[in-house]
Amino acid sequence: MSFLLGCPFCGPRPVDEFACFGEATRRPEGSPSLRELTDYVYFRDNVAGLQREWWQHRAGCGEWFLAERDTRTNEVLDVSLPQPERRGVRPVGSDPPASGGAG
Amino acid sequence: MRLPPQPRERIDRSSRVLFTFDGKPAGGYPGDTIGSALYASGQRIFSRSFKYHRPRGLLCCSGHCPNCMLTVDGVPNVRVCVEPIRAGAVVEPQNVWGSLDRDLLAITDKIGGPFTPVGFYYRTMIRPRRLWPLYEKVLRNLAGLGRVRDDRNGHRRYDVEHRRARALVVGGGSAGRTAALAAANLGGGVVLVDEGAHLLGAELEGVEVLAPARALGIWEGNLVPVDAGDVLYRFRAERIVVAAGAVDQPLVFPGNDLVGVMLPGAVRRLVRDFSIRPGSRAIVLAADERDLEVADELRDTGVVVSRAVNLADVPLAEIEAHGRHGEVRAVTLEGRTVDCDLVVASAGRQPAYSLLAQAGGRVDYDSARGIFVPGELPAGVEAVGSVTGEGCRTANPLRSSDGKGRHDKSFVCVCEDVTTKDVARAIGEGFDSIELSKRYTTVTMGPCQGKLCQLASIRLYARTTGIDEGAVGTTTARPPWAPVELGLLAGRHFEPARRTALHFRHEEAGAPMQWAGPWKRPYAYGEHPEDEVRAVHESLGVIDVSTLGKLLVEGPEAAAFVERLYPNRFADLRSGRIRYAVLTSDAGRIMDDGTIARLADDLYYVTTTSTGADSVLAWFEWWNAVWGYEAEIVNVTGALAALNLAGPRSREALGRLVEDPDDVSAEAFRYLDAKELDVAGVPCLALRIGFVGELGYELHFPSPAGEHLWDRLVVEGARPFGLEPQRILRLEKAHIIVGQDTDSESNLLSAGMPWLPKLDKDDFVGKFALEHFAEREERERLVGFTMEEDTLPAEGAQIVVEGYPAGRVTSARRSEAVGQVIGLAWVTSERTEPGTRFEIRVDRRLVGARVAHGAFFDPAGERMRA
Repeated sequence: MSFLLGCPFCGPRPVDEFACFGEATRRPEGSPSLRELTDYVYFRDNVAGLQREWWQHRAGCGEWFLAERDTRTNEVLDVSLPQPERRGVRPVGSDPPASGGAG
Repeated sequence: MRLPPQPRERIDRSSRVLFTFDGKPAGGYPGDTIGSALYASGQRIFSRSFKYHRPRGLLCCSGHCPNCMLTVDGVPNVRVCVEPIRAGAVVEPQNVWGSLDRDLLAITDKIGGPFTPVGFYYRTMIRPRRLWPLYEKVLRNLAGLGRVRDDRNGHRRYDVEHRRARALVVGGGSAGRTAALAAANLGGGVVLVDEGAHLLGAELEGVEVLAPARALGIWEGNLVPVDAGDVLYRFRAERIVVAAGAVDQPLVFPGNDLVGVMLPGAVRRLVRDFSIRPGSRAIVLAADERDLEVADELRDTGVVVSRAVNLADVPLAEIEAHGRHGEVRAVTLEGRTVDCDLVVASAGRQPAYSLLAQAGGRVDYDSARGIFVPGELPAGVEAVGSVTGEGCRTANPLRSSDGKGRHDKSFVCVCEDVTTKDVARAIGEGFDSIELSKRYTTVTMGPCQGKLCQLASIRLYARTTGIDEGAVGTTTARPPWAPVELGLLAGRHFEPARRTALHFRHEEAGAPMQWAGPWKRPYAYGEHPEDEVRAVHESLGVIDVSTLGKLLVEGPEAAAFVERLYPNRFADLRSGRIRYAVLTSDAGRIMDDGTIARLADDLYYVTTTSTGADSVLAWFEWWNAVWGYEAEIVNVTGALAALNLAGPRSREALGRLVEDPDDVSAEAFRYLDAKELDVAGVPCLALRIGFVGELGYELHFPSPAGEHLWDRLVVEGARPFGLEPQRILRLEKAHIIVGQDTDSESNLLSAGMPWLPKLDKDDFVGKFALEHFAEREERERLVGFTMEEDTLPAEGAQIVVEGYPAGRVTSARRSEAVGQVIGLAWVTSERTEPGTRFEIRVDRRLVGARVAHGAFFDPAGERMRA
């Protein structure tokens, strides 16, 4: 792993500055069954292909963001700031700057 | 041996450079390499081979082969053929018992036969098994390369530099230089890397030349680490131009490793660059017209060339070299023996495609020319010059002597001493793919990394199995492409540690410092941690808790955010009050613990464990990226120091340091109150918590005032206590340590805190999982225990019930205040009733213990609420 990853704020940076939090998951709502809960907590799709995942620019600006990465080639097709569940409550940057594209 | 001045020589004859070789004086000219200087002074044997200890001399003279590896100034495995000469250098032989000329270990070459076939020690030294360590030690001494000097104090300093380049050209031959100049014409940012020292002063306008330096590989994202001696450059290049050239391939025939058998490139370099006449009677076995020209060059220098053959036209099937004391004396060519002291033998040139293959390029076999050539290349990587196969071809390198009589060994791989017989035997044993055969015979795994042996081994493999070379294929090209010192990869020797504002106070007090996550913390201030415990119980102690993680959560929705993150309630916490807080994951597992103080409606002050600060911060920020509450999280861990003042006298001591002692009276400053206080002139956030179970105050304040406040508290009679006394004190209160008493499977119910999670809350992280946990019986629970006798079990000790394992100890200490050995343990659920007896394995016996619930000391908590 030595590819460049585009931070939405800092632009392309070496991937070792980032922490990967794995696949973006969907947290169940209400009272999930045990199966729904274990699916969410323990199971991952682990695709060979395009995957949406959480990254944090831990050794940089600290921002959490989402990246669309091809797990076979490490090509990052898109990075974006998350759209929080409570959309509109927090002023989220509308679009990542141009330099924040795929690394 | 030196010729008269030559037109292109690189040496400066106006002065001499002196060094020592094997304890004797040696010398050369500026511009020489250590190898050329030694050769010019008549030295022929440079090393002894890896396994058989056969004498070896210059072979490639270009830094590829292992033959000239010597120890220079204590650094082992230096290829002296490319190492620039320097005054005062101490050059010594390596892997030798005796001397280079008389190496006692050469016996392995003579007795050889049944003892040294490939993989022999895996087969012959299996039994008895317990003797393997001894065998291994002996073998390691017999075979190998140089020794690493055990010199801990005098280590060199290595650095890393991150660089960018618009174009990075690897290789400073004519193709590389042309490509670099062409790139420079398009703009700046062009870097050329070359192995040779002579390129340093080269006139390349607009090109930065790094030499001698070696590109180690091409990684993902066009990352090219370049070894420049003491600095590792990590280049990110928009364009990588590989001009690594081609490598002369040795011819494989009996006696092909004798001293005096050389590759054409080596002879050219000795003659042209260093003006050395390499021998007196030579035989030239060339693979093409270009190599055959070496014969003319030799004649020009006065060498008698007895025979010069272009193997492409005259494919001699049988070649055998004969030597005396390891040096070549004659060669037999299809029955005719010719005397000589130099054999220039080549199987042609093979493109050095390795870097291109690492970058993801394809490698194809070109059967017409007998070489492997790079095929399609990934974007951003280009190849120019001989590395593309331009001007390269090879003859069949294998010349057998299948006739009668004894023949010398034919080496496929000079690095690892692998012969044609070894490879054939490996194939016969069933190692029937080139990758397996490589691992078994170790051919291509030596210092040259296949540069000189890959092609020959593939050819031999193809001939033995009847499969063609293209189908056999190459082994995977891996970095490093050039040998690199481990120190350069390890980088500068340092181990970062976080120090609190009081670090030097602890050191002055003589406290041994120990790691606590990323921090250094004092273990205790004296030989007897129990004295410090007693001081806290009876009078007054102070501990540096600056390492605690400290976060501010502020904003109109701070309350909603904290409420949803933690299992217990914080929205109803009144300003100025504190609550214990445990963080759980959505899997219901305990992640961290600490306290949360509400400082205002929209402001919370969160403390975490010392080791968990960073991950808790990331956790907070991640959840808020998901949820989007209007709350900001600020990490003030390093900005604030923190001291915990504890003991029955803490209130009166604090009272003397504040303006109005009534501010800290039992009524004005209650248990679990948080308030702002000026203590000894320092603005503090004071938290009244029962950290160690005694009346106590935790003061959080700007780090720069750390020593000032510490000193004032000590003057007021507070005895510093360290981590170990703190552990005893907290264990007396049965406080858990996350990560010590809990693991990745522990949840709030099993860890004895069922009262903490509020399952009637709408949502919190971990709620779903805890709901499911609540429905089932936990297999194990965390309980306290007291030992029946004064024996201290190890942390991790096994709990035994009726002869079966039934849990494990996580913490145990001897408590003076309780008068017993106390601890925490995970035990099976049916053994958790107070008073239940179980046994703990201590050393080799079982010692009885009984379950105890709640705090061991002051169970009602009257002391901390006093």
